[in-house]
This record gives sequence, structure tokens and C-alpha cells, in this order.
Amino acid sequence: MTVEPLDRILAEIPLFHGMKEEHLALIAGCASNVRFEAGEFAAHHGEPADQFLVLRQGRMALEIHAPGRDTVTIQTLGENEVLGWSWLLPPHEWHFDARALTLTRALKLDGRCLRGKFERDPELGYEMMRRFAQVIVRRLEAMGLQLLDVYGNHS
Amino acid sequence: MRPVPFRVLRRKRETHDTFSLVLKPPSAAGPFSFAPGQFNMVNVFGMGEVPLSMSGHSGEVREIVHTIRVVGPVTQTLNRLRAGGTVGIRGPFGASWPLGAAEGHDVVMVAGGIGLAPIRPAIYHVLDHREKYGKVAILYGARTPHDILFLREIESWRGRFDVEVEVTVDRASRDWHGLVGVVTGLVPRVHFDPGNTVAFVCGPEVMITFAVRELARSGVPARKTYVSLERNMKCAIGLCGHCQLGPLFLCKDGPVLRYDQVAGLLRMREL
Repeated sequence: MTVEPLDRILAEIPLFHGMKEEHLALIAGCASNVRFEAGEFAAHHGEPADQFLVLRQGRMALEIHAPGRDTVTIQTLGENEVLGWSWLLPPHEWHFDARALTLTRALKLDGRCLRGKFERDPELGYEMMRRFAQVIVRRLEAMGLQLLDVYGNHS
Repeated sequence: MRPVPFRVLRRKRETHDTFSLVLKPPSAAGPFSFAPGQFNMVNVFGMGEVPLSMSGHSGEVREIVHTIRVVGPVTQTLNRLRAGGTVGIRGPFGASWPLGAAEGHDVVMVAGGIGLAPIRPAIYHVLDHREKYGKVAILYGARTPHDILFLREIESWRGRFDVEVEVTVDRASRDWHGLVGVVTGLVPRVHFDPGNTVAFVCGPEVMITFAVRELARSGVPARKTYVSLERNMKCAIGLCGHCQLGPLFLCKDGPVLRYDQVAGLLRMREL
């Protein structure tokens, strides 16, 4: 069985489409494969967020748990979608719980490792910030739509 | 145009606040003919009239379906109708989904909430003439799992191998095993050739705006994106001006319009 190099795998993921090969190689140095069984948590609210995941297979739920209330799922993520941006900015803490809904395989990108490389290679840092800004903008747009409750009865 | 009395054949509960009425035109009138996306003015005698898109099969039909959300006195009264009741119908009115122009293209249909009802005749048409279209995707977003319209039918569409169907809800508890997130997030999940795609979008105006933006990010231009808009239709023949959007009368020029023709108008708060 041949194992595909991680930089080759990264190149196929939309978040990294079009990146320079040397940048992909640098990022691949911070990447590893992880798996989560159904029900297993990949992140807990308030805990250190020194990584992000790119899902390759399976599905994860972002959840908010408020004491005395039912746990609410605010978003589900699937193949090629990105889980987490808290690794980018202090205080590097997860804002939500992330729970695997099915057996989930993902690429884990080590945040400390990446931030160190960004310091040494600002072009790479800018490129990744630019790409994550799009992830964040989409999430904010989605949250805006959810807050507007557009399907509610406002008559 | 005077309302024609149509008889209620059946009433079907769709969700906790939405129901469908199956209506039969008077025998003397012959079959009723409409195109997907068109609407009727449905009259509760002595109470008022509401604009409602047809939600069943299109063409020359012997019964029509309206799917209705209870939002005011007229729809509350309609909700109390049962088989044998009567409503007045004026119609059909307005522009339809451009199904002919979409032939040979991939078709992406995005619907939110009750917006699945006006687009359903177009879905039926595309699925009934599947060979005329490229890839087909149906994307639907609802508020919660309890608000999903036509659930069984969606499952049957999902069972087909020639159409991609994705459903999401804005919020859910843990007992929901489907997708959670806004409908716009479904666009990147499905496969289509953006340069050869026609998109139909139907739902609340805010949702339409965001959905069109996401389609544009995926490469589908506004001139290939059609939306269904509904604003306070009254006369339905472009005279009274209640549904006016800038130079357009949505009852006559719409409700289905090409997005690049209305994008600027939708951004104007005064309209």
C-alpha cells in the first residue's frame, strides 16, 4: 500500500487550493492524521485551541451547551470543511464543543507549529490569514442569517 | 378578472404551521393551466385575498395544490377549510421559472422555508424531464427539523441517483441527525459546472441575497440566477402598485426575475 504524502493531500483540499508547493510542504510539516469515533469530542469550549482540523471523512457537530438547557447544535461540518480558527488568535481557546457524529477522519494542523512558521515566513502567514479570513467571513455570514431567523413568522 | 369558485378536494397538514389544499376547478372551466413559479390570488369570500404560488404539478391539470403557511386571518380561515369547502381563484399570474432556457444546463435549486413550495413545480418538471438537464441539485434549508416541508418527498428525491439533494436546518437539538447550518453553506457541497449552470432561488429575501452571493462565489453569475420575489400582491395585474419594486411590478414582471435585474433594487432600503 502506498501512502500519499501529506502535502499532496493538502493540495486537494479547497482551503489550500492554489498554494505554492513550498508553502504546502511547510504546512504538511505541521499536519497529522487523526480519527474520532462517533460521539467522541474533538474540542471542548474553553480548552486550549492549538490546532485546527480539516475533515476528510465523516461529520462533526459544533455545539453550545448552556447549563439548564438542551445542548444546541449550531453547525455541522463535513468533508473538506474546516473546524476551528481559535488557534490563530489569542487566547487560543475553543469557542464551542466539537463532537463527532460519525466515525470522522481528519487532518490535524498544529497551531503552535504553524504560527512559528508564519513568524519565519510572513508570506505564508499572510496567505493563511487571507484564507482563514474567508472561512471566518462565511461563518459570520451564516451566524447573521441564523440570528435573523429568516424562516420565522415575523408577521 | 373575477374569482372562480374552486372546490377543496383535500387538505393535508405539512408542518405545525403549514398545510396544503388540493383544489378542483369547476367542471365547466376545463383543466387549469399554469407554469412553474406562477401564482394565484386565493380569495376567502367576504374576508380577503392572498397571493399563493402553485406547489403541485404544472401544465394542464385537473387539480391544483397550494401550500400555505398560517400567518394571518385569511390563511387561518383557509386552514379551517376541509373537503367540500370553496375558495375563489384568480389566476394564474406572473412570470415562471425559465425551465426551457435552463435545458442543457446544470440546474441548482435553492429553497428556504416555505420557499420550497413555489419551486416544487419546477423540481417536478426537471425530474420529469430529467434527460433535458445536466446535473441537478436541490438545496433546502428550514428553521428546525420540525419545519421541513415535504419531508417524505425529499427522501424520495434523495433516493434517486440522478439528483443531489441536501437539506439543512438553522438550529437543532442532538436528536437531529441531519445537517445543521444555513442553506447557503450547502452550495459548495454539491457538484455542478458553474459556467453552465442556471440557478433558481426561492425563500425570504435576506436568504435569497446570501444564497446568490454564495452561488456567485462558486462561479454562477447573477444573470444565470433567477429568484422568486413576493411583495404584497393585490391586483395581480400590474395596476395597483402595491407590489411595485422600483420600475417593476412583481405580480406581472415577476414573481420570477433574473437576479441581475433586481439586485440593485433589493439593496435600496426605501424600496
